[in-house]
Amino acid sequence: MGGVRTSGDLVGRMQLNKKMRLNEAKQYVADKLRVSVSDLTDEVAMRGLREDLNISTVYMGYDAPARGIEAKYRIADILGIDINSVQRFKNIVSSKK
Amino acid sequence: MGQITTRMGDGSFISLSPDDIKKEIELGVQEAVIKAKIASLTKEEMDQLYEIIAQPRKFVSVERGNELVLSYDSAPMKFTRLGIPIDRSAILLIYERALAADTLEMAYVHYSMKNIKINLSEEVAPLAMALLNTTAPLMYGAMPNMGLYYKPDGPCDNAAELFPLGKIGEAQAAQEEAANYLEQDIMLVASAMYEAGADGFDFDTTASAGDAEFYAVLNAVTKLREKYPDIGIEIGMSGEFVLGFHGELKYDGKRLAGMYPHDQVKVAEKAGATIFGPVVNTKSNKTFPWNLARAVTMCKACGEVANIPVHANVGMGVGGVPMVITTPADCVSRVSTAMAQIAKMDGL
Repeated sequence: MGGVRTSGDLVGRMQLNKKMRLNEAKQYVADKLRVSVSDLTDEVAMRGLREDLNISTVYMGYDAPARGIEAKYRIADILGIDINSVQRFKNIVSSKK
Repeated sequence: MGQITTRMGDGSFISLSPDDIKKEIELGVQEAVIKAKIASLTKEEMDQLYEIIAQPRKFVSVERGNELVLSYDSAPMKFTRLGIPIDRSAILLIYERALAADTLEMAYVHYSMKNIKINLSEEVAPLAMALLNTTAPLMYGAMPNMGLYYKPDGPCDNAAELFPLGKIGEAQAAQEEAANYLEQDIMLVASAMYEAGADGFDFDTTASAGDAEFYAVLNAVTKLREKYPDIGIEIGMSGEFVLGFHGELKYDGKRLAGMYPHDQVKVAEKAGATIFGPVVNTKSNKTFPWNLARAVTMCKACGEVANIPVHANVGMGVGGVPMVITTPADCVSRVSTAMAQIAKMDGL
């Protein structure tokens, strides 16, 4: 689908961790992002949207949107799911030890 | 219409007439129907498959809107094999940001559960590093590879040596012992990777050592699902037919030996897999249209009964792709298109 160039990482996440079939996963992500399913594989539309949502694109330079774990932290919130590495990160940074 | 250039299952070029290609498609579908006892492709689907194969363009793709999610077995090793000296976590960044991968997989060069157990602590480190830097879902992957538990490589008597001696019971017991070791190693490795933050675990080439290996994986997946309710689990197979080296092992009351993809996916689903990867092996002495028709028919039947996403294996010698190391783009693109549009796969 195009990974972080579009929304393939988000749809893939709903397949891997929520067992969603392809069409269901695409619709779920489109609804959460408030775009049409056809927008999900449009590099132009998704680049702008991912910048607006601050959830990582392929660009990592100056003024780039959230990167890596920062982006996943926001993706978990936007998609309404728990992401394992984000949960681990939260647990560690909030621990008093 | 003139001759159409296509390939044999060994990758060599051949020229066939349109009627010959249509006949090869029919024969490939028939083979799948007879062997797997599944429904045939419809006439319209066979016509669609012909159109995909007979396209004059070298590269063929899906119609807009039919794009699939891709998962990758042993992703970092694809660069290591090329002799490109890059750290594995950096390779995953290339997959994510240069190759536009939808999902990622960390893997070790000795891509087997038993080998990874030995340096498990060192293996967790690059996975944990990659998890901080990547955005796409990241699995850890390995082959169950139960053969490594047999002598001389492992502790169990070698079933392949016991069978020719007529020691059937002993051979079955050796496989059960090996399956038990494998299950323990899967639990150890997969638990460590999930607790380090992985989104899931990918079992690649499952059942390569037969039904006992499939049995071990299914039992381990059942336990992983109980232990970690949210873990992602992809079970990718090694062939369209589960070899019955043991012959009597069952999961959920179903005999594993002899299962085809549409049955395999149901036990994988029951165990707790979240993605299933059917494999249909390519026959190198048959044509590409025959192999693709056979693979699409079996994968379509699998997808129709599945309640979880199905990612068909498409690569060297599987899914209809010719059995060659450098896979021809004309075939890979046609296989990918047919798997999306006719087999209705959720991914590759």
